Amino acid sequence: MKRLRVDASLIVLAILVLVVIIGAVLVATTGRSFFSPGNIRDILTGMSVLGLVAIGQTLVILGASLDLSVTYVMSLASLIAATTMAGNAGNIPWAVTLTLLVCAGIGLANGLIVTVLKVNGFIATLGVGLILQGVLNTNFQGSAGAVPWEFQVIGATGIGPVPISTVIMLALAVVVWLLLDRTRTGAHLFAVGGDPDVSRLSGLRTKPPLIVAHVLCSVFAGLAGLLLASRLGVGSPTVGQQGGYALLSIAAVVLGGTLLLGGRGSVWGTIGGVAIFAVVDNVMSVMQVNPFLKDVVRGVVIVAAVAVYSRRAIVRRRARFGPGGTRTGGDAAAVAAAPAMVAASAGLRAEAAHSPTPATPGAAGSASASNPGER
Amino acid sequence: MNVVRTVLSPRGAVFLLLVVLLVAVTILNPAFAEPGQIMRFVQRVAPIAIVAIGQFFVIIAGEFDLSQGSLITAQVIVAGNLVGQDDSRTLPVLALMVVFGILVGIVNGLVTTLAKVPSFIATLGMMLALLGGVMWWTGGAATGNPADSFRQIGRGGIRDLPLVDFLPWSVLILAAWLALGIWLTTRPLGKTLIAVGDNATAARYAGARDWWVTTRAFIISSLSATLAAVLLVGYAGVHPSVGRGYEFVAITAVVLGGVVLGGGRGWIVAAVAGAFVLEALFLLLNIAGVPASLRDAVQGVIIIAAVAYSGIALRARRRAAPPASPDQGKEPDAPAGASARMSASPAPAADGGTATGGD
Repeated sequence: MKRLRVDASLIVLAILVLVVIIGAVLVATTGRSFFSPGNIRDILTGMSVLGLVAIGQTLVILGASLDLSVTYVMSLASLIAATTMAGNAGNIPWAVTLTLLVCAGIGLANGLIVTVLKVNGFIATLGVGLILQGVLNTNFQGSAGAVPWEFQVIGATGIGPVPISTVIMLALAVVVWLLLDRTRTGAHLFAVGGDPDVSRLSGLRTKPPLIVAHVLCSVFAGLAGLLLASRLGVGSPTVGQQGGYALLSIAAVVLGGTLLLGGRGSVWGTIGGVAIFAVVDNVMSVMQVNPFLKDVVRGVVIVAAVAVYSRRAIVRRRARFGPGGTRTGGDAAAVAAAPAMVAASAGLRAEAAHSPTPATPGAAGSASASNPGER
Repeated sequence: MNVVRTVLSPRGAVFLLLVVLLVAVTILNPAFAEPGQIMRFVQRVAPIAIVAIGQFFVIIAGEFDLSQGSLITAQVIVAGNLVGQDDSRTLPVLALMVVFGILVGIVNGLVTTLAKVPSFIATLGMMLALLGGVMWWTGGAATGNPADSFRQIGRGGIRDLPLVDFLPWSVLILAAWLALGIWLTTRPLGKTLIAVGDNATAARYAGARDWWVTTRAFIISSLSATLAAVLLVGYAGVHPSVGRGYEFVAITAVVLGGVVLGGGRGWIVAAVAGAFVLEALFLLLNIAGVPASLRDAVQGVIIIAAVAYSGIALRARRRAAPPASPDQGKEPDAPAGASARMSASPAPAADGGTATGGD
């Protein structure tokens, strides 16, 4: 497992470096510097919102599900936060708590629909997304609420060129990495995503890990919504949908080497995928590419980057023999038995060659005829 | 009893739901039962149903096609810009659109099968690229209505018929496309697609050229989107928002029809019925006076409920079925000698076969 994860992440890192080099050259042709503090801050800022959504999406995809409702969760979160704060700094803790609780509730609903009702994650979260859209439509006509300055600071300031929002995002990525790598729930999530039947037969309860993944995914989408609210200063019922975050986050996760079928992947790959998107977007903005052409480039980059390593990293299985393999000790017996097997098959072959020619088809015929009879 | 079971089964549930919805619509609006009104209804469903037919072939092969909506938009704008007011251009532009559709399908299919990009990502990239490309080409504004001869395909029909009074072309086109689809599912292509969707590795070992089969499914899907675009040009006109979200509507319709996401199981007629259910649902929400803002929510609840029901019904039926076939039970009882002979015999037999062939 370790070896494979390093592999996939390394390829993502290589693609990222390649994209940065190409981007730096392209930006240099316009007479600007790619590595100026301002530009780096722009890229990191661009990473934070999509990064938060994609971290949550990674968890769900590792469990072999999907979450298409994140965009609506983000919009709802921004509205709940902004209307609860209502411009008063004293309300911030309560507003954040309420928002995350509501998001966790939505995630719980997603998880229960997927695990208990056994509705495919694609359809379940599409349906929940539609329901949330209805809630947004009925309760909010447009931007609402007000975010106090103390909360807007989170989205606006930074330590040197690194925005606080990106620091938060990376800190949460570390937390999720620890969850996946060091806890039982994380290990179970990998197992359930890899093969639910095998993990059930191995004695796991298959529902809790997936429910936890869905709850965390919605909470992360809620955090992204909070961040958007802090940047905009108001809550907006369309902010998530406009960004197309659901499909983009899935693309970032897959770009980061996580298998769409579940069971294999890592958070750091996802962060790499998000970084690739941010760099490509930034370069196109600096070069003032036509906004429609940007979509074309995005589409091509997504497909090309996934194509580069889908042939290498994903198809390759974990080594079964030798160091790091799942089988240890069995090899010696197999190697020892090999000469005897070869000798036996050679003997059979010789016997067949020496026997009279007419007898061979007859023997074969009787053998094949006898099979159905003996069944 | 048998009929009841069929109707309650996951395969029949979609038809039951359709009947319930149509009866509800008729109770609220008795005029709906007139043949002319029903024809209008079918005409409105036709584009969605045709797109769902295309999506069906991709989904039973275990893939997704998210580029359908963008392809519809792209084709609509191509038609709007190229046909113009010139009737003589109708046929060449139609041919161009078909070629473009096939091309998009081939690219989707080859990127998915040969480059091994998951179809979700491959068609997502195609979705972004197509929409962005067409908007870039037109500068973001769709201009021009195509000539009337082109629009007649989507809005015209045969008039003055005895019973229905007006038979729209789109109804005939839907019927023909569905018939073609049903025929295809009985052909080797349809059977191989289901085999590939069920277990791609086994299908490949059995000799199926899975990359070409899957690519053909994507071509069918893109052609369906193109056909829907031709109908929509006549029905809805030329606008950059035509076709938006069609891929999700089509996937929902197909899943409502009991087709399993992930491939290997499904019936094309039920998938089309799923499209009818969705449109009947919209109509019912409209007639029942449900506020527009709540329609999405109701739609979401019904979709989840319908899919959950069909899943539960399917599992209940599996549980009720006998645990295993008798053949499997006998296998271990066979004498040890027999199994040894069976495993030993193929190699000599093969050798003997080639030897006699050489003589």
